[in-house]
Amino acid sequence: MWPRSFEQPDVRPDEERSLRPFICLSAGLLALWLTLTWSLDPQEVATGLVVSLVVASVARSAVHSVTGCPGSILRRVAWSLAYIPYLLRAIIAANIDVARRVVNPALPIRPGIVKVRTNLESPLGRLFLTSSITLTPGTLTVETSGRELYIHWIDVEADGIEEASERIVRGFERYLERIFG
Amino acid sequence: MVAWDVIGALVTLAGSVFLLLGAIGVARMPDLYNRMQAGTKATTLGNLLTLTGLGILMPSWLPKILLIAVFVLVTNPISSHALARAAHAAGIPLAKGSVKDALDHDREAR
Repeated sequence: MWPRSFEQPDVRPDEERSLRPFICLSAGLLALWLTLTWSLDPQEVATGLVVSLVVASVARSAVHSVTGCPGSILRRVAWSLAYIPYLLRAIIAANIDVARRVVNPALPIRPGIVKVRTNLESPLGRLFLTSSITLTPGTLTVETSGRELYIHWIDVEADGIEEASERIVRGFERYLERIFG
Repeated sequence: MVAWDVIGALVTLAGSVFLLLGAIGVARMPDLYNRMQAGTKATTLGNLLTLTGLGILMPSWLPKILLIAVFVLVTNPISSHALARAAHAAGIPLAKGSVKDALDHDREAR
């Protein structure tokens, strides 16, 4: 009765056999390890390398389809870096907005669940979109169904799908469609 | 570096103010969904500011603090979404005065 939140990504057979996602995942895990240990001692690096390879080989089948190394990685990294300040700005602005509503004696809210539509195709992109929407206070993703997202909005400013999508989704989407395609 | 200590303390204080406002929001809001808006997310900025303040006070902790911030940013929306989705699926109603419920409308039409 309830649709799956995210469709299963297509698993391409050539990607399944390729070593690239495995290497990328191992490198990412090793980078995380080195950040955590904050040491370049040969023992630490060797242990991290072994652990990364083991974890990557176990987790590969679960994550390779969504984390495979993107082709034009530099462009995507650049857009990801630009996305961070954009998201932080949105979080701060929305936090202050909700905080002002909370301390206002009249409690000025007009809550409701609206439906919006996204143009993002990639499941990972949609995951980032719904998470970004949820992270910014005032909007909360309640349910997703393919392209359609149901958002609890603390102050419903726009009723129609188009206007609501314009206000909630488009800003994030501009970045995410360039990062995830 | 007394100046940095003061700045770090002020940023941490600002973070706790947002956490306090989140708690007040939980008490004041009329229904579960609005409470989640205030409670789980007015705390996003509260958490980030508190962590930033700690990072300023203890610069050697910065890499780990950055990681904690990333983990908060990644796990917070997923758990919020899971709670809200489960609540709606279980039929917990929106507060009186809510403007519309597009999800309920679509589910009945199905």
